[in-house]
Amino acid sequence: MAGRYKSDLKWSDVTPKTDWLNRRQIMAGAGALGLGAIAGPALAAFDPVPSAFSTDEEPNSFEDITSYNNFYEFGTGKEDPKRNAGALVSEPWSVEIGGLVDKPGNYDFDDLLAGQTLEERIYRFRCVEAWSSVVPWVGFELKDLLDRVGVQPGAKYVAFETAVQPQAMVGVQRGVFDFPYLEGLRMDEAMHPLTILAVGVYDEPMPNQKGAPIRLVVPWKYGFKSIKSIVRITLTEEQPVASWNRAQPREYGFYSNVNPERDHPRWSQATERRIGQGLFARRIPTLMFNGYGDEVASMYAGMDLINEFF
Amino acid sequence: MDGRLPAQSRSDRGALASAEFPPGAAAAMTMSQRVNGALRRVPTWPVYAIGGAVPLYYFYLGLTGGLGPEPVKALEHALGLLALQMLVAVLAVTPLRDLTGVSLVKFRRALGLLVAYFVTWHLGVWFFLDVQFLGAVWEDITKRPYITIGMLGFVLLIPLAATSTNRAIRKMGPLAWRRLHRLTYAVALLGAVHFVMASKTWATEPLVYLGVICGLLIYRLRPFLAGRSAARA
Repeated sequence: MAGRYKSDLKWSDVTPKTDWLNRRQIMAGAGALGLGAIAGPALAAFDPVPSAFSTDEEPNSFEDITSYNNFYEFGTGKEDPKRNAGALVSEPWSVEIGGLVDKPGNYDFDDLLAGQTLEERIYRFRCVEAWSSVVPWVGFELKDLLDRVGVQPGAKYVAFETAVQPQAMVGVQRGVFDFPYLEGLRMDEAMHPLTILAVGVYDEPMPNQKGAPIRLVVPWKYGFKSIKSIVRITLTEEQPVASWNRAQPREYGFYSNVNPERDHPRWSQATERRIGQGLFARRIPTLMFNGYGDEVASMYAGMDLINEFF
Repeated sequence: MDGRLPAQSRSDRGALASAEFPPGAAAAMTMSQRVNGALRRVPTWPVYAIGGAVPLYYFYLGLTGGLGPEPVKALEHALGLLALQMLVAVLAVTPLRDLTGVSLVKFRRALGLLVAYFVTWHLGVWFFLDVQFLGAVWEDITKRPYITIGMLGFVLLIPLAATSTNRAIRKMGPLAWRRLHRLTYAVALLGAVHFVMASKTWATEPLVYLGVICGLLIYRLRPFLAGRSAARA
């Protein structure tokens, strides 16, 4: 275990740089919270506990993970989020939890974390564009939060919404997509122990381009299901809108489980390329449910995952 | 394309302009003549040398981490974009000469061959580094419309590159050669559509390329449109 993280120290040293770039954000935070609140979160190390759900595959470097992202609010290029997400105001942050819950309300970021044991979950991450990575997330199970707010019996789905900060988000200014970004899960998917709300990577607070300060991670689904920078969680009876599904229903289904058998209309999903492996990286076979089939396949028993529930 | 019609219209415009604004028009003529004079002394080999080296430089960047964590896609896209940019340059030579008098015609063959060169690189990276499996390549070509369209563009480029020598022009005769090389218009359109279709959304950049290429092709339709309105009048 210890050997695997030998290189982390190097990136821990680098990360504060992004915080320097966020001076505007810190000033905005200072205005809202008063000076006392600044130092704490910026220096916080999560010190997460390890998890049996972690893969033993080698995680990608912090640099790889944070410089190749899809976050259309900050532009459609893979390097755009790293370049532009510095303007995101992630402090203060709160998540509006509503719909069919017993304790609806506006939950402050610290409040969301209160009482949660943060775990390190090293997950494979498979993008629908046929690239993949291995990410050491820090987070807690979504179920733990849903149990806290009390899910009412009528709730069948969970809807998520990403922040819209027009001044900070060049992609929103240019209208490259129908914002806010929306996603959703069926209740059993949301309650699954693999489904987490992540607040960090490599024991660092979630970098802005990765979905600061809190995001969803659903490792057996294509990456776009793992919605970033969440400001709203709503429990619903009806299947909620999912942005990519709404934009191109033929190409992106509501479920979007990783499935090598079901090609994207414009490319094969049978193989993927791990980022950070250089120009001569071999493609590797994509696994059903991104290799998490033992844990999740039973949720989809009897469903046609190729034609109907893709 | 290099025939009498554009030349005639140019001198007409010159005569008209000099009647109205003699000094300015004279200066403009001198300017384009001066540029053309300077261009005559520029050899074409640097175009080949610089253009030829650009993919090698990108490849070097990909090897050394300069293209980010996923260098294969970055390299593939950079090469495709270069090809499309060269196509725009090739198509812009005639309008530039018509509108400003500046003639880059002597560089057009080099620019056109660079299109074929960049597309070959683009295809090579796609084939050897991206898709990697021969079966998958064939499946991509037949099953994915944007790849079918891109591949068709490449196939149409082959006769153009193959007939790019003076000998080929002599052998075919200038009329047949010119007719064959109108395939460039189809190649440009296919390339731009390929780019638009390869994007996940209606991204701005590919649409700009498509718009510019459509504009350059519509420019070529003008004589036909003008001819029709002249016939009506």
